[in-house]
Amino acid sequence: MSLPERSVERAAFLRELKRVLPEEALLSDPEDLRPFECDALAAYTVLPWIAVLPETVEQVRAVLRLCHSQNVPVVARGAGTGLSGGALPVADGVLLSLAKFDRILEIDPANRMARVQPGVRNLAISEAAAPFGLYYAPDPSSQVACTIGGNVAENSGGVHCLKYGLTVHNVLQVSLLTVEGEPLTLGSLGLDGPGYDLLALINGSEGLLGVIVEVVVKLLPVPETARTLLAAFSSIEAAGDAVAAVIGAGLVPAGLEMMDNLTLRATENFVHAGYPIDAAAVVLCEMDGMAEQVEAEIARARRVLESHGATEVREARDEAERRKFWAGRKAAFPAVGRIAPDYYCIDGTIPRKRLAAVLGRIGELSEQFGLAVGNVFHAGDGNLHPLILYDASHPGELERAEALGEEILTLCVEVGGTVTGEHGVGIEKLGPMCVQFGAPELRQFHALKAAFDAGGLLNPGKAVPTLMRCAELGRMHVHGGRLPHPELERF
Amino acid sequence: MHSQDDSESLAGRVAEACAQGGPLRILGSGSKEFYAGPCAGRLLSTRTHTGIVHYEPTELVLTARSGTALAAIEAVLAESGQMLGFEPPHFGSGATWGGTVACGLSGPRRPWSGSVRDAVLGCRIVNGRGEVLSFGGQVMKNVAGFDVSRLMAGALGTLGLLLEISVKVLPRPECEITLCFECPFAEGRERMIRWGGSGLPVTGLAWDGRLHLRLAGPEQAVSTAVRRIGGDRAGEGDAVWNGLREQTHGFFAGEGDLWRLSLPPAADTGDLSGSWLIDWGGAQRWLRTDAGPAEVLAAAQAAGGHARLFRSANPPAMRSAPLAPALAALHRRVKAAFDPAGILNRGLLPEVF
Ligand SMILES: Cc1cc2nc3c(=O)[nH]c(=O)nc-3n(C[C@H](O)[C@H](O)[C@@H](O)COP(=O)(O)OP(=O)(O)OC[C@H]3O[C@@H](n4cnc5c(N)ncnc54)[C@H](O)[C@@H]3O)c2cc1C
Ligand SMILES: Cc1cc2nc3c(=O)[nH]c(=O)nc-3n(C[C@H](O)[C@H](O)[C@H](O)COP(=O)(O)OP(=O)(O)OC[C@H]3O[C@@H](n4cnc5c(N)ncnc54)[C@H](O)[C@@H]3O)c2cc1C
Repeated sequence: MSLPERSVERAAFLRELKRVLPEEALLSDPEDLRPFECDALAAYTVLPWIAVLPETVEQVRAVLRLCHSQNVPVVARGAGTGLSGGALPVADGVLLSLAKFDRILEIDPANRMARVQPGVRNLAISEAAAPFGLYYAPDPSSQVACTIGGNVAENSGGVHCLKYGLTVHNVLQVSLLTVEGEPLTLGSLGLDGPGYDLLALINGSEGLLGVIVEVVVKLLPVPETARTLLAAFSSIEAAGDAVAAVIGAGLVPAGLEMMDNLTLRATENFVHAGYPIDAAAVVLCEMDGMAEQVEAEIARARRVLESHGATEVREARDEAERRKFWAGRKAAFPAVGRIAPDYYCIDGTIPRKRLAAVLGRIGELSEQFGLAVGNVFHAGDGNLHPLILYDASHPGELERAEALGEEILTLCVEVGGTVTGEHGVGIEKLGPMCVQFGAPELRQFHALKAAFDAGGLLNPGKAVPTLMRCAELGRMHVHGGRLPHPELERF
Repeated sequence: MHSQDDSESLAGRVAEACAQGGPLRILGSGSKEFYAGPCAGRLLSTRTHTGIVHYEPTELVLTARSGTALAAIEAVLAESGQMLGFEPPHFGSGATWGGTVACGLSGPRRPWSGSVRDAVLGCRIVNGRGEVLSFGGQVMKNVAGFDVSRLMAGALGTLGLLLEISVKVLPRPECEITLCFECPFAEGRERMIRWGGSGLPVTGLAWDGRLHLRLAGPEQAVSTAVRRIGGDRAGEGDAVWNGLREQTHGFFAGEGDLWRLSLPPAADTGDLSGSWLIDWGGAQRWLRTDAGPAEVLAAAQAAGGHARLFRSANPPAMRSAPLAPALAALHRRVKAAFDPAGILNRGLLPEVF
């Protein structure tokens, strides 16, 4: 979608913004803009045209109205921990930071919900709910930093979403400002809302449909007990099969995670969790709930893991050790970050039964591309996070890492999976989106986007590739042997 | 099981209607017509578009064509010790898979195991242009593209004809027990709040003059929970849950207006009087009342939720509160994005088309 011509000059636009924002909420000096030039996909940087840090919803409205009236693009930003370039600024647009919206407005223990501003950190919600014996379940590894607004925009997951669901399953209501600055309330304080389920649609919409200004999340009772098993395997295939067997046995672990040898060693060096570093792979399996329930489920899980080739099954002796087991898992990205100058995190999801085969193939691709790959992932969900190690200072290595990443994602689609399980498309996976979707689906996405934002001003160029781009990339989704967009004959 | 793929002919019918501008009325078995209301157009039946396309118990995923009987799907899941977590109502023996998802209704287990849309992972649809589109998939986590699949749940077929829907399924609990307590509503409400937030393995919490509590999980866990709580094991077993889910409970008998209120579980509905049946631990409430629509709708909104006239002998002009103008306008644009000619289930959601 091409943007309409913008006539406004930067200086003139700044003057108009100054009328609706306090001085300190408006950044235009390149030095001040620098912190916003990228998200956690740091290989891509763009200096925003202007950045604003409003403090009130009224100010956000005013900014949106101004931008809308002058055809200025807007990119919303939470904490900037996104891994797909979703919050990457656009050079001719306003970067709208929601960082100052960091207040928890209400904890309602009787209704088990929390009303929070979009810039509240994920972990802060659980901390505020703790005195009531409640917590917010989705726990991305970035939870100390990432914001609930970003979580909703990405439909983020965490290690506990196998049992407790993703962000979309744990959000009751979202207050949104449209691109025109109109307020909308989606969902309700009950378990559903009137009309279409636009709340579901907003989850994972990557800032393309509106700006989230308030979120009501569901809180759950803190489980009275949580116990964790660590199972070691001598092959990654055996570990993959054991994961499928645990699910097949009718168990729903609170977490079911896997790390391969490379990740295991890196992590052990980093956090000293006591992992068996000689294992080809380790599976972490956590059960939570009432003590008696956990007792029964842990015993069953142990039997399944042992009968599916675990060389060792160890239970965390106490809470401290349990936390250690998880600290290692949650620190896996930074740990791998210490053993290579750069790493590139991939985020495909596959049917669980294909785990062993896909991991084997990733190993082959890793050799073929000459780049090491560590695997750490949400095994219970089939959500892979291959970490490709590379060195950006070696010419061509970033490109090679990206090419390997795309091969892995294509593989995920081939086995019936998806190119992104939780990190979003952003700018990063526009190419793989062309593999996963055909032209009719992409057209439908664009039509839906236009229903919210006809001018295409919110986070332009992200999440959904144009048909033109797919054609240019030559990555066409081939469905039933037919070329997807025959209308583009010149390609 | 009977299996037949009518995708092409269904899509053809929609494309044809789109070209001619003639409205279509999508029909599964017609079991929920009372809910959806009257709707104009030529009948488009999904009844012969049937079959479970994909089901692998270790993946916890099932994919079926929309004309498949809901009962057949549940039977297949039961053979593998699994179930639909949202415990959908059938409202008649013929309910189809497509109608179930299009209506988006969930049973008593909903607050603990999720709703229809929570379970939906992917779908194939025919949009109002007659194009066959696939969204989502058969994996648990998928954020590629907008989440169109979940949007289809509860849209009553106004955004597209559902061809296939994939959902996450759950293992059936090893053991299930229903307890029953004699108590007035005030006390029932207080216990619902307490148990709902207790971490006990609750999968049903309803009040109909007596308080019903369903516990589910491993045998040891359930018996411990029973010990902790006390109370009588209900003589009727799980009959009460079936009665709530299928609306065969005595409360639903009779012709008077039946309202559904979706509210925060601890909500106080103030002066709104009538007879109440409380489900979902307080989050879904059924009301029979002489109060007028305006009063019921306002009370639900004041409590942070919403209401809908679920059944009525003489449907009034107003079944639910009008959406806020900006939201209503957005609904119309979303509808137009899928069905620009407005041919699918025209008039079914008056707020939309
Ligand atoms: C709120 C509500 C309350 C109900 N209460 C009762 C009741 O008390 N007793 C009773 O007997 N029945 C009731 N029903 C009937 C309801 O019809 C059933 O619950 C349900 O399982 C419908 O299945 P069906 O195949 O019969 O759908 P249908 O009744 O045929 O269709 C239901 C809705 O879904 C749409 N639809 C059907 N198939 C598709 C598809 N493939 N793609 C897109 N849209 C589709 C239809 O156009 C219609 O809008 C109720 C329905 C609703 C919505
Ligand atoms: C070390 C590390 C570990 C991670 N682990 C996980 C994990 O386990 N699971 C997981 O799912 N993700 C994980 N992530 C990714 C990331 O943390 C999540 O995507 C997170 O939700 C982003 O939140 P944020 O506040 O940083 O959003 P940002 O990065 O600032 O923005 C992300 C997207 O949301 C949009 N957005 C932000 N706020 C709003 C708003 N208020 N209104 C509208 N749009 C908005 C932006 O435009 C952008 O498209 C990890 C990242 C890192 C760096």
